[in-house]
Amino acid sequence: MQTAVITFPGSNCDRDMYVALKAAFSKEPLRIWHADTNLPKNIDLIAIPGGFSYGDYLRSGAIAARSPIMQEVIKAANNGAYVLGVCNGFQVLTESGLLPGTLLRNKNLKFMCKTVALKVANNDAAYTKSYKAGAILNIPIAHHDGNYFASADELKEIEDNGRVAFRYCDKQGNTNNDSNPNGSVHNIAGIFSKNKRVLGMMPHPERAVDVLTGGLDGKKLFEGLL
Amino acid sequence: MATVRKIKAPEVNEALAKSFGLSGDEYKKVLEIMGRTPNHTELGIFSVMWSEHCSYKSTRLHLKKLPTTAPWVICGPGENAGVIDIGGGLAAIFKMESHNHPSFIEPYQGAATGIGGILRDVFTMGARPIALMNALRFGEPQHPKTKHLVSGVVAGIGGYGNCVGVPTVGGECNFHKSYNGNILVNAMTVGIADKNKIFYSAASSIGSPVVYVGAKTGRDGIHGATMASAEFDDKSEEKRPTVQVGDPFTEKLLIEACLELMATDAILSIQDMGAAGLTSSSLEMAGKGGTGIELHMDKVPTREEGMTPYEMMLSESQERMLMVIKPEKEDVVRKIFEKWKLSFAVIGKITDTGRIILRMNGEVAADMPIAPLSEEAPLYDRPFEATPKAKEIKAADLKTPLRPNEALKQLLSTPDLASKRWIYEQYDSQIGNDTIARSGGDAAIVRVHDTNKGLAITTDCTPRYCYADPIEGGKQAVAETWRNITAVGAKPLAITNCLNFGNPEKPRIMGQIVGALEGMAEACRALDYPIISGNVSLYNETSGVAVQPTPAIGGVGVIEDVAKAVGNAFLVPNESIILIGETKGHVGASIYLREIEGSEEGTPPSVDLAIERKNGDFVRTLIEQGKVTACHDISDGGLYVAIAEMSLRNKIGAKILLPTGNSSPERKELIAKLFGEDQARYIITTANADEIIAISKDVGVSATIIGQTNSSGSISINGEAVTIEDLEQVYESVLPEMMAV
Amino acid sequence: MKAKVYITLKNGVLDPQGKAIQNALGHLGFAGVDEVRQGKLIEISLQGKDRVAAEAELKQMCEKLLANTVVENYRFEIV
Repeated sequence: MQTAVITFPGSNCDRDMYVALKAAFSKEPLRIWHADTNLPKNIDLIAIPGGFSYGDYLRSGAIAARSPIMQEVIKAANNGAYVLGVCNGFQVLTESGLLPGTLLRNKNLKFMCKTVALKVANNDAAYTKSYKAGAILNIPIAHHDGNYFASADELKEIEDNGRVAFRYCDKQGNTNNDSNPNGSVHNIAGIFSKNKRVLGMMPHPERAVDVLTGGLDGKKLFEGLL
Repeated sequence: MATVRKIKAPEVNEALAKSFGLSGDEYKKVLEIMGRTPNHTELGIFSVMWSEHCSYKSTRLHLKKLPTTAPWVICGPGENAGVIDIGGGLAAIFKMESHNHPSFIEPYQGAATGIGGILRDVFTMGARPIALMNALRFGEPQHPKTKHLVSGVVAGIGGYGNCVGVPTVGGECNFHKSYNGNILVNAMTVGIADKNKIFYSAASSIGSPVVYVGAKTGRDGIHGATMASAEFDDKSEEKRPTVQVGDPFTEKLLIEACLELMATDAILSIQDMGAAGLTSSSLEMAGKGGTGIELHMDKVPTREEGMTPYEMMLSESQERMLMVIKPEKEDVVRKIFEKWKLSFAVIGKITDTGRIILRMNGEVAADMPIAPLSEEAPLYDRPFEATPKAKEIKAADLKTPLRPNEALKQLLSTPDLASKRWIYEQYDSQIGNDTIARSGGDAAIVRVHDTNKGLAITTDCTPRYCYADPIEGGKQAVAETWRNITAVGAKPLAITNCLNFGNPEKPRIMGQIVGALEGMAEACRALDYPIISGNVSLYNETSGVAVQPTPAIGGVGVIEDVAKAVGNAFLVPNESIILIGETKGHVGASIYLREIEGSEEGTPPSVDLAIERKNGDFVRTLIEQGKVTACHDISDGGLYVAIAEMSLRNKIGAKILLPTGNSSPERKELIAKLFGEDQARYIITTANADEIIAISKDVGVSATIIGQTNSSGSISINGEAVTIEDLEQVYESVLPEMMAV
Repeated sequence: MKAKVYITLKNGVLDPQGKAIQNALGHLGFAGVDEVRQGKLIEISLQGKDRVAAEAELKQMCEKLLANTVVENYRFEIV
């Protein structure tokens, strides 16, 4: 599996994603600069990492989503490539139209960094098939604008078609207000595209692949793609 | 931007000099050095270079007493940051700086630009920043400004640090009325570099180009001394100086561009533009190199119209660097900064004149000798008076003591001791995925990427001890950071420091500075733990109320294998709890005395540096040998607070036995033992208690089994229990309630 | 030519920032504040003098970048 990580001005988590992908797929991920106008051929997975692309100016991910390289990513996605957007990457995916909805300011208005419990909502996608259905994972979050919002119609379409990947929950797996760190509708932490090959998620799986730092619950996400 | 609006500069005389902050004597010296009356720009340059902040005129004499060397110190004070060898061909570069006054005025931007500045001091030397820490002091919780200041400062630190992508891994936060009018915001950065690729600021290559990179220059932070002029038009309001505003996005680009450039051999010397911007950076680079510098002000990238040389030299616009490069590498440098969309301009050259010459549109705007600016900077030996010795407070002096668990709950509800989660969850502590231990531990641990080695980092200081006895307080601040680093299993190597004091023109305050430095120096020598960088912030006082003397220390150590590090939380039940170090029950200047009895009296606990060393080395060895499952050094609140802190994280209970009788004197003794703040102590948990006690006897370290961990869900002392749930309820609610809208 | 573009949240989208501002106003003693919604003002200096062409351009700018039409409305005026 050939993977690639895109770096925008202000992307921070590109190295972390690179390290996680390299370990998972035992192959050097390509590093793509935002100003490149072409993607190399034969990329199976494109990762859009977390950070503060363009300083989160105007709106998080808004400017990065409109860069030339994203046009190539959209083409690749339409041709069946896997695209994984984490945190700022999720924001870029919603801004570019590859995923529905948008990410708004956290309901408590503050940046929040902590480990949360996530429930695997649908494990019939490559990203989640290595997890048991309904598995509860501990994955770190670190964001200011992680409050997922979609219109009623979009939300219905997402829910009816099993396109929710992860929901924030408590230690027992209950999804409710108390276990919702940022106010996302339906406690949504991550969603799939129609073909389930594009995944956008606010929590950082690449921070949960090392027992010394964030635990190992993120590993199976990458393993599912092998 | 070559247009200059024609402004009539004010007449230069002693009155103007005084309005710039120079004394009458200092102005006389300026006249001697120049051999004529300086012009407005030249006077401005003198005034910033001779300000307390840039010249350290009140403290330079005493700072010389600090020990700054060791075999592992590559570069001590005098550069942008200090450098130590951490083995494996790598160096750690670190420093702490203050941004107190700006943060009081505009907490978000003051704190944010403080972070920006300290980051630049580290990456300008070639290090990728890998960790941020901060030491914050605010006024009383109920003071009308406190909430706004806390909220702004924390948001500013997070807003800048998170965006730049450097994890904020720890810090400290105290509240006290002496900071009501002057908060303290001290920020520390640690970076890693190849030890053979360190970049310095001295510019010695005559004829080489001087290059400006980064953000454009505006009128940020030009304090007060604007040009009075009849010719300002109705747009003059807009041209007035503004507060410094940070742009972390530009800083992130600047870090990447600089590190990319540093991988080539184009740079001869480099310095960031911090306080006094282009003035201090250009003068320091040429001054250290013994050379001269010529700048063409019309080449300086500006974002405002019509900036004068004065404004350009004094501007404190953020995110800018000054460098001297090899002449043939100009294209290499330009391309990198163009890639990252940052300003790049050749603005001058290094000369052999020993003078700084500024030109604007062909005219000379300033012409001054460089050496006297630093060599003849004012140096004061201010009169000082020692703090009189406080009275000893003994256990018998305590009022009728509360039951221990009541006292414990009350102490955990003190903002100083309560959970700081409200603060640290606003900081990204995990970016880089190398943070092994973050806020909540005794020291943070950040792994050196792609190795098993880790850096242990901590900040600490106990201002109330320094107030009671500056010398002992100075010793204690250094010793406590040494203990913090030891408690995670790392070897302490060196410190940085941020001295925060009141008005040095007052003998008592100057005495606090001299005393603290004396104590710090003694501790550094005894512990082989030199000072390699630092910062001084004076005049932290309002209406005659000075802050408590706060010499904030930032310590760094190394642990060879991060897998061997230990945390400060109980891990499993049924382990022995061992107290290392003697407990006499020192309650003077303790949190117990302050919070429970409302008294800030008493001598602080004394620091026996030989015992500190012995106990610490013993604990570190045990950790290295894998005999310890958790370790916590004892500080604010004493033994029982430390036990509570260890139980809260994983909800593991403890049964503590300190047998004593029930008479009033005995109950007071027990309180003194539980909450006294004797130094050089640690609590460890282990499954090898007998072995450890035996070894302790061999090496002559005091070690006593005081209890067991358990799964009771409560902690108890001599049979009196309190549930962890109750403690947690108190501990976690303090800051959220204080900060609720 | 100068244009002012106003970006506001669509009705029905929760605005926690507006709520926080409303609460703060209340604490400062300003009674009678029913609701607060926070938006953005973007000022753009345009070259050229053709008003009609400028308006068409601004509409495109809003649709393509300045507003997130999932949750935001926009309007603009040329001064």
